[in-house]
Amino acid sequence: MDNAAETMDTRAGSAPDLKEIQNQVLELKTRLDALAKEAPEDKLSMIVFSGDLDKALAAFIIATGAVAMGMDVVMFFTFWGTPVLRDKDKKAGGKDMMGTMFGTMLPKGADQVKLSQMNMAGMGTAMMKSLMAKKNVASLEEMIEMAGELGVRIVVCEMSMDLMGFKHEEMIDYPHLSYGGVATFLEEAGGSRVQLFI
Amino acid sequence: MSDALTADKVMDLKGLPCPMPVVKVSKGIKEVQVGQVIQAITTDPGARTDFPAWAKKTGNEILKTEDNGDETSFFIKRTT
Repeated sequence: MDNAAETMDTRAGSAPDLKEIQNQVLELKTRLDALAKEAPEDKLSMIVFSGDLDKALAAFIIATGAVAMGMDVVMFFTFWGTPVLRDKDKKAGGKDMMGTMFGTMLPKGADQVKLSQMNMAGMGTAMMKSLMAKKNVASLEEMIEMAGELGVRIVVCEMSMDLMGFKHEEMIDYPHLSYGGVATFLEEAGGSRVQLFI
Repeated sequence: MSDALTADKVMDLKGLPCPMPVVKVSKGIKEVQVGQVIQAITTDPGARTDFPAWAKKTGNEILKTEDNGDETSFFIKRTT
């Protein structure tokens, strides 16, 4: 029952339509595959620009919450957020004058960051910390440790490290810590469902 | 007569504030088998909406919510 006799005019039925449909399905499949590749991952990319206690806490609460929800989380620490990751017990030598100055003036780790408002020469921050302890709210250091246990990735901005004169060896021992630049962040952020700037 | 839903694991999360209840439950759910039930007891007001949101996102199922004054118990079944 083959084609010799069939002409354009006798094309009434299923055979040509079937081919048309098959082509469409193939095209749709190709497009779907391409789209699936570009679909954002179940990921949260966060820029931590601020170095305030309240903002850093918010960042880590969101990060740990996101991991609890099954998301992959990556936090980019830059500018004022960078000093939050300094280890208060570590020293780094070989700094120039500016670096030494920054090192002294900027907070040395999570314990030394202040509230963004109502710091009141340190009194507000101390009150907030004591209130948090009373209500069983985890401290910033505890949050950071928990984030590490949960697999939150931290990338530290190399440029900020360089500007502020910080050395890799003075940063905390965080299990998923790495260093990078803006393109690293943008690549992660582009593929994330949620992007935040704190 | 209560329907006596028995949990395979009870998590006492009383006194823990955000984000701890959800974080602890996300860890605890991995310690039971699929199909088993966790009873999470919390006093955190945020948990009232957090737990349903967490369950929806992770695909786990909240079988029952019991309010007991300040305490809320969530019976959660592990589905995956």
